[in-house]
Amino acid sequence: MAGFFKSRLFFVSLLVVIVAATLPLYVSGYILGLLTVAYYFGVFAMSWDLLFGFAGEVNFGPTFLIGVGAYTAGILNNEYGWSVYLCIVLGALASVVAGFVLALPALRLRGPYFGLTTLVAVLMLQNFIVVFADLTGGEIGLTIPDVITIDANANYWIALGFMVVSAAILYGLSQSPIGLVLQASGQDPVQAGALGFNIVKHKLAAFIVSAFFSGLSGALLVFYFGTASVGTVVDVAVGVNVIVAAVLGGRRTVLGAALGAIFLIVAGEFLRPTGELATFIVSAVALLVVLFFPGGFLGAALSREARS
Amino acid sequence: MLAFQILIDGFAISALYALGATGFTLIFGVSGVLNLSHGAIMVLAAVAAWAAASVLHLDTYLGALLGVAVALVAALLTYFAVVQPIQKSRRIPNEEKEIFVLTGTLLWGIMIQELIAYFFTNNAKTVLPIVEGVVDILGVRTPRNEIFTALVCCLVIGLLWLLVNRTRTGKAVLAASMNPRGVTLLGLELTNIYIVVWAIYGILAGIAGVLLGMFLGVSSYSVGPLTASAFSIVVLGGLGSVSGSLIAAFVVGYLETLTAYLISPAYRTIPALLLLVVVMYIRPQGLLGRR
Repeated sequence: MAGFFKSRLFFVSLLVVIVAATLPLYVSGYILGLLTVAYYFGVFAMSWDLLFGFAGEVNFGPTFLIGVGAYTAGILNNEYGWSVYLCIVLGALASVVAGFVLALPALRLRGPYFGLTTLVAVLMLQNFIVVFADLTGGEIGLTIPDVITIDANANYWIALGFMVVSAAILYGLSQSPIGLVLQASGQDPVQAGALGFNIVKHKLAAFIVSAFFSGLSGALLVFYFGTASVGTVVDVAVGVNVIVAAVLGGRRTVLGAALGAIFLIVAGEFLRPTGELATFIVSAVALLVVLFFPGGFLGAALSREARS
Repeated sequence: MLAFQILIDGFAISALYALGATGFTLIFGVSGVLNLSHGAIMVLAAVAAWAAASVLHLDTYLGALLGVAVALVAALLTYFAVVQPIQKSRRIPNEEKEIFVLTGTLLWGIMIQELIAYFFTNNAKTVLPIVEGVVDILGVRTPRNEIFTALVCCLVIGLLWLLVNRTRTGKAVLAASMNPRGVTLLGLELTNIYIVVWAIYGILAGIAGVLLGMFLGVSSYSVGPLTASAFSIVVLGGLGSVSGSLIAAFVVGYLETLTAYLISPAYRTIPALLLLVVVMYIRPQGLLGRR
C-alpha cells in the first residue's frame, strides 16, 4: 500500500483530481452539470467492478442496487419530508439490505444463473415501481421536493468529492489483503476455500460494500436531478451502460471504471449533433475496445507501463 | 367463451415465444453463447419484411422471405464479427469469455437497434399478414393470421426436431453440445458446426421475427423486452435444453395471457417473473436443465 503513494498512477490521479477540482473556474455550467452526472455514474461503475473484477460475480442488475437506494431516498423525502441527508443515508442502507438479498442466491448459484437472477431482480423492481405508481410516481417518475443545493459549482464539487472518496476506499479495498482473497475466491473458489479463507464472508462483504456505494450514489443523483425515474436509475439500459463503462475503462482496475463512465457520458454528449447515431457510434467504439483491447483504457496503459 | 379465447390466444403467443426461444437455447446448448442481440435480430427481420412491402413494393411472401434472409445474414455476421473473435482471442482469459461475449453481443444488438431507428424511425411497424380474414372457432372470432402463426411455429419446430435427430448434420450438432472435444477427435471441424448452428438460429429468429411483425407489430423499442423474454423462457426451461424451453414458452405464454385477460394487461409480465424467481431458488438449473 505504501508503494502506491510513490507510484506513477498515484501522481497522475492526483493531478487529474486537482485539474478536475479547478474546472468550475473556467468552464460553463453546462459542462459542469454533465460531469456531475458522469461522476455519480463513475461510482456506479466502480462498485460494479468490485463485484465483477474482484469477487468474480457477474451482476447484470447494478441498477437494482442503484434503484433501491435512489427510490428509497426519494420516497422518504417525498412522503415524510425528512431531511435530505437522512434520506440519503437511509437510501444507502436500504441498498445494503438489497445487496444482502441479492447476495443470497449468488452464494448458491454459479456463472450465468446468478447473472440471470440479478437481471430478474431489476425487472421485478421495474414492475414494482410501475404497479405501485401512487407511491413511486410510476412511469412518469417521482418528483422530489428537496435538493441538496441549486448551485452548479457546489453540486459539481460534491459529486467530485464523493467520487474521489469512493474511489480511494474502493481502490484501497481492492489492493488490500481482502481484495486479494476476493480475487482468489472469484477465480478458484475451491482452492481459496481450501487455503482457509472464508469465501462466503468475503463475498458477502463485497456485495455489501458494492451495494452501499451504488445506493449512496443513486440517492445523491436523485437529489441532484430532483426527480427519480425508471429511465434514469432502474432501466436495464442504464445497467448495461454501467457494465460497458467498467469493461471499457478496464475491469479489475476500479479506477478505470470511473474513466470509462466519464468517457461514455462525455462522448455521448459530444456526439449529440449526430442525432440518433450517437448511441450507435458509442456502442461501436465500445465494441471495438472490447474486441481489440480487452483490458480497457487503463488496462492497456498499465500493461504498457509494466512492460517498459 | 373467455376460456376458449384464452386457450386460443395463449396458444398463438406461446408458439411464437417457443420459436423465438428455441434458436437462442440451441446456441447456448452447443457453444455456450448467450446471444444478447437476439431481440435486435428478430426486430431486424420484421423491419426488413415491412420495408420490402412498403418501400420496395414486393409481395408479402417475398417480403417474408427477405426478412428471414436478412436475419440469417445478421446471425452469421454476429458470429463472425463478434462471437468468434472473442472466443479465439488470446488476450481474454477463458473464464472471462462469457462476460465478454455477453457485453459484445449486447453492444452489437444496440448497434442494430440504433441503425433500425435511424433508417426506419422508432415507430411501430406491422408487417402485412400473409393470410387475412377472421374465422369463428368455438364461438371465438380468431384472425386467420393467428392460426397461421401458430401453425408455422409448430411446423418449423417440428422440422428442427427432424433436422437435429434424423440427419447427420443434426447429430453432429447434438454431439457438439454433449462433448465438443469428442466431436473434434472424430474429425469434425467444430467451427463448421457452430456456423451451422448460427445459420439455423438466424432462420428461426428470422421466422419468429417476421411472424411477430405480422401478429403484434414491432418497433426498435421491442428489442430489449424480446431479448429479456427469450432469456427468461430459456432460463425457466433450463439453459441449453430445447424441450425445456418449449415447455417454458407455453407456461410463460399462458401465464401472461391469463393475467392479461383475468387481472389486467398492465400486470402481464409479473407472474412469469415471480415464477422465474421461485424456480431460480428451488431449481436453479431450470425445469429440464443439466447442471
